[in-house]
Amino acid sequence: MDLNIIWFLLVGILIIGYAILDGFDLGVGSVYLFAKFQERDIARNSIAPVWDGNEVWLVTGGGALFAAFPMVYATAFSGFYLALILLLFALIFRAVSLELRNHFESESTKTLFDWVFSISSIVAIVLFGVAVGNVLSGLNLDKSGNYIGTFFDLLNPYSILVGVLAFFMLSYQGTVWLFLKTEGEFQQKAKNWAKIYWSGYLILFAICTLLAYVLHKNLFHNYLAHPLMFAIPLLALIFMLASIIRIQRNQALCAIIASSLSIAMVILTAYLSLFPNLIIAKNPAYSLNIYNAASSQLTLETMLIIALIGMPLVLIYTIYSYRIFHGKTKIEEGY
Amino acid sequence: MDVELLSRIQFGLTAGFHFIYPPLTIGLGVLIAIIEFMYLKTNDEIYRKMADFWAKLFAINFVVGVATGIVMEFEFGTNWSNYARFVGDIFGSPLAAEGIFAFFLESTFLGLYLVGKNRLSRFMRFFSFLMVAFGSTLSALWILIANSWQQTPAGYKVEGGRAVLTNFWEAVFNPTMPSMYLHTVDASFITGAMFMAGVSAYFLIKGKNLELAKRSLKLAVVFGVIVSILQLFPFGDESARVVAQTQPEKLASFEGLFKTQSKAPLLVFGIPDPSQNKMLVEIGIPGALSFLADHNFNAVVKGIDSFPKNDLPPMTLTFYSFHLMVALGTLFILTFLVGVYLLYKKKIYTTKPFLAALWAFIPLPYIANELGWITTEVGRQPWAVYGLLRTKDAFSPLPVGDVWFSLIGFTLVYAVLFGVFLYLIIHTVKSFKMD
Repeated sequence: MDLNIIWFLLVGILIIGYAILDGFDLGVGSVYLFAKFQERDIARNSIAPVWDGNEVWLVTGGGALFAAFPMVYATAFSGFYLALILLLFALIFRAVSLELRNHFESESTKTLFDWVFSISSIVAIVLFGVAVGNVLSGLNLDKSGNYIGTFFDLLNPYSILVGVLAFFMLSYQGTVWLFLKTEGEFQQKAKNWAKIYWSGYLILFAICTLLAYVLHKNLFHNYLAHPLMFAIPLLALIFMLASIIRIQRNQALCAIIASSLSIAMVILTAYLSLFPNLIIAKNPAYSLNIYNAASSQLTLETMLIIALIGMPLVLIYTIYSYRIFHGKTKIEEGY
Repeated sequence: MDVELLSRIQFGLTAGFHFIYPPLTIGLGVLIAIIEFMYLKTNDEIYRKMADFWAKLFAINFVVGVATGIVMEFEFGTNWSNYARFVGDIFGSPLAAEGIFAFFLESTFLGLYLVGKNRLSRFMRFFSFLMVAFGSTLSALWILIANSWQQTPAGYKVEGGRAVLTNFWEAVFNPTMPSMYLHTVDASFITGAMFMAGVSAYFLIKGKNLELAKRSLKLAVVFGVIVSILQLFPFGDESARVVAQTQPEKLASFEGLFKTQSKAPLLVFGIPDPSQNKMLVEIGIPGALSFLADHNFNAVVKGIDSFPKNDLPPMTLTFYSFHLMVALGTLFILTFLVGVYLLYKKKIYTTKPFLAALWAFIPLPYIANELGWITTEVGRQPWAVYGLLRTKDAFSPLPVGDVWFSLIGFTLVYAVLFGVFLYLIIHTVKSFKMD
């Protein structure tokens, strides 16, 4: 296995880590307004100590993409310009409304911050999904790798469907997190929400996969060449089922592990269909793959050493932090 | 306006706005870690209350820094894609390393500290905040490795229109990095010291939270006098000398040196007129610039006349930024020296005019930080990467309307953000009552 493949996988791991971890706190944001005013304190407190660390997965993923595949970073980020600017605004509003809400006393200001928090969470989730949808559909690139379509080309039906899939997938993850961290009436509510989002998650995953076969047959190239790979989308379905069954049996920890694994498999399904490309151009000659878009071997090697030293440390203290906050979230425990 | 100019304005706005927050994170972070250490050692409840109060302000500042920091991580790709393609082999690694080594550390331990305090032992409180402070100074290291490489590229070769890494450690320890890092982190310490001194002075003037204010003021003044003197010598001095040796046109611009000369003067005051290539007014110390550049009063220092016009940065902005920064740095030293004197005389807690000055001076280190940043970055123009890639070849070919949209958007969002930030900091200070 060469360094380019290793970095293809590592970038994938960062994306999956981000989707699972920030996924649940974005998901909490997505369903947040359905909670009663008092319940919202618990919802926020449950993610307060960890959301920022979760978001670092995105920052690190962006940095790793820049370092390992700078051509992809440059093309994707400038190509998705308006979408990313909107995403940045959403992430800014979300961080600030979440953290600063309780510094204000009046109930109307708090309600305003609640709305900002929830809407910006939903906008961020959908934009992530739409971006992934466009990567899967392929982009209109010129010879030097610049995107030559418009913002509205990005809003094509398939990409929007992937955005909706992201919405259901991460909202579901958020409800499972709430189911884990809450008790009593609120937990019962989270359970009911989970069932609804789960149905959407399952249906959209099926639709997006089938539609891909109709619209973007090239994505199935790797799968048809190596049929064993079909185990990955199959596992995605199995973990989805396992997760909802665990919720039914009130086994919250198992449920969130299963739903996290289902997210990993869904993303892996899409990600591996690109290999060895990272960005598929409408004109295949301009596609960016793990070789023509990569940094030098020395940089990939250096980065691998950095990752091998750094990531185990990150995992150790991240696990420590989650252990400190294990169990049900209490209403008084926040900022 | 064209896309290049709009992208430059946007980058200046977003980077300059972001740079308001991390210096306090670093400076106040170290001070809070010291307070937590005192709490660990003495078990005196007042230290716990001090730490809790300062951490409240720290947290407000931190979240705005985080929110505006993500923008920076994205913007090299969104607005500077040709830059990203050119430098990606070198510039991306420190950004990724910053995430892996620094951001995870500070955000995880800050979450632990702020929300989990009551579940933590005294030692873990101290350790958590120590990790926050360590993480933020480490994050400064990685981002300044990236930035300093733009000033003085090293450890690379240009191949196929890209800078390609040839030696990681040479790139990391490029000529500008050590002095730039120490200078910037020390500026952050000064920012933290002035902030803590100013807020404590406010409490003393208002006659409330006295015990907290006295101990905090003492800590801030002692810390402040050390770090502000270190900033003049060796850190600031060394920074200027490195610029003299590696980016002589930048030095000529911010020092206002039009003619190449030996015994070059260091200007204490001046009004440059770039259109006539001379100073309209100047008061200088003869030979001092030569000494600064080379530790030799007779050294020849290159002036503006030594360089092609299209390799020169805009002079007026760099000149005034640099000189104002130096003036402010001098003021900080004087302020903290007076503070230490009053502390020694046991009059500091009652000398109202001095306390009022401290409160009023809180914004000044921020201004000095921004001026130093302007000196460095505007002084690097017309290059995006000094000597290798011009700014005009670095930007993304975006539709001009898109960049207008984002620029106006950032302006509005950041205006709101700044308003909320200021309101909350002031409100938190004014309404705080120690129990």
